[in-house]
Amino acid sequence: MDTIFEGLKKAIVMLVTLDADIYRITLFTLKVSGLATLISLAISLPAAFFIAIKEFPGKNFLISLANLGMGLPPTVVGLWVCLLLWRSGPLGRLRLIYTPTAIVIAQTVIATPVILALVTAALQQVDKKLRLHIMSLGATPLQMLFLMAKEARYSILAAVIAGFGAIVSEVGASMMVGGNIAGYTRVLTTAIVLETSKGNFEDALALSFILLLMAYLGTMALTYLQQRRHEDEYGN
Amino acid sequence: MNTVIEGKDIMVRIRGKELLDVKKIGLKKGEIFAVIGPNGAGKSTLLRVMALLQVPQRGEIYFKGEKITQKERIRIRRKMAVVFQEPLFLNDTVIENIALGLRIRGIKHREAIERAKYWLERFKVEKLSNRWARSLSGGEAQRVSLARAFALEPEVLFLDEPFSNLDVFIRESLIADFFEVLKTTGITTFFITHDLEEVMLFANRVMVLMGGKVVQEGTPQELLENPKTDELKRFIQAWERFKFKMLRML
Ligand SMILES: Nc1ncnc2c1ncn2[C@@H]1O[C@H](COP(=O)(O)OP(=O)(O)OP(=O)(O)O)[C@@H](O)[C@H]1O
Ligand SMILES: [Mg+2]
Repeated sequence: MDTIFEGLKKAIVMLVTLDADIYRITLFTLKVSGLATLISLAISLPAAFFIAIKEFPGKNFLISLANLGMGLPPTVVGLWVCLLLWRSGPLGRLRLIYTPTAIVIAQTVIATPVILALVTAALQQVDKKLRLHIMSLGATPLQMLFLMAKEARYSILAAVIAGFGAIVSEVGASMMVGGNIAGYTRVLTTAIVLETSKGNFEDALALSFILLLMAYLGTMALTYLQQRRHEDEYGN
Repeated sequence: MNTVIEGKDIMVRIRGKELLDVKKIGLKKGEIFAVIGPNGAGKSTLLRVMALLQVPQRGEIYFKGEKITQKERIRIRRKMAVVFQEPLFLNDTVIENIALGLRIRGIKHREAIERAKYWLERFKVEKLSNRWARSLSGGEAQRVSLARAFALEPEVLFLDEPFSNLDVFIRESLIADFFEVLKTTGITTFFITHDLEEVMLFANRVMVLMGGKVVQEGTPQELLENPKTDELKRFIQAWERFKFKMLRML
């Protein structure tokens, strides 16, 4: 009980005293996971659009693959990316292992199926007749994508938050491909693992509270937007 | 040649079932071309094909004498406007919904809004401008749909039973306002309806579609005086009986 209380106290002290290390790690975590989320979204939007509006053989197989990928264990992804980027591996010459780029790559692999599956579902929910209407207005494929995404904006936002949540809380892959190097590739989750293994429970708890705060802010944003959608539908 | 839009040898087949087989259909500049027929006759399918929203299994569409190629479909679509059987809106306000088609054509937001406002006024629904489009009543939605179509200043207007889901009071006034606008703009119109009366009052030509095939084509007068099939005869008689009953009830 004392440890938890001390941890919370320490977290608050660290936050209000602008503890340099904590801020660096938090900011770095946001940057890495944010970038991975953006790349995943950039891949998922056109892919989901294609899957949602085109009929092609193997379509359902592809969707089931994305759905399966939503449960991809981060450690497995970490291992694959590790083998790929290892100095003697196929992409070894790029010298990316144990760099922030390596973490972004691994997290992108983890987030993409999540975002792809959810964005596909979101776009598929846009009424087919509404698509016909947008088409009749003379929309180009790109305008169609934009308007459908706008129509499904809340669901797409939920997909983004789900994807971000999956990678910001993930530890296995970041540890394996990033190496948890202080001041270089250390993120919140790997820092928590380290502090815990050293027996620094208060530091670990402080970090965990910051991670929770981030998760909470994400959920808050989502809830807020869902409430707004309610107002939208009734025009108030 | 003053044929604006023309379809030749159109055939639509879905899962082995032939839904539409129309050898020739053409709309002359400025005319109101009505299509009538029972439920499931293929009217909406024909509209989608002519409005370049559905690719037929066979056949070509010509715009002002030129065959429309795959590449040109979007460009030609921008010369047309469609009012669907049920009003469809994006999750946005009325005015933004009307402006959208203009925005898609690359018109600046402010000008698009100005034009949208003008057409809302022409259809007497300027008060609805800032309402959420999906919260409109059936009658309001249909007025807004019509305003939206006219705002595009199309060369061809496609209408799929725009007055069928409305009560008589709203219908009467909307039809009056609509034809007033249509007359002053002189837009070539493809008009699907169930209602012979609308055909008699407004159409220049009428095509009867049954089971995906053209049963008869001509002026409304020709249709009344000389229906070509027994089915059509019965349809017209039923309509006349109904009219007669209505008159007696008054
Ligand atoms: N995508 C589709 N798949 C299977 N059948 C279809 C499809 N689209 C239309 N049909 C069928 O084609 C026929 C013609 O449909 P269509 O909507 O064109 O009729 P309609 O004349 O507009 O009827 P209504 O007056 O009821 O609107 C119907 O039997 C319908 O079930
Ligand atoms: Mg129909």
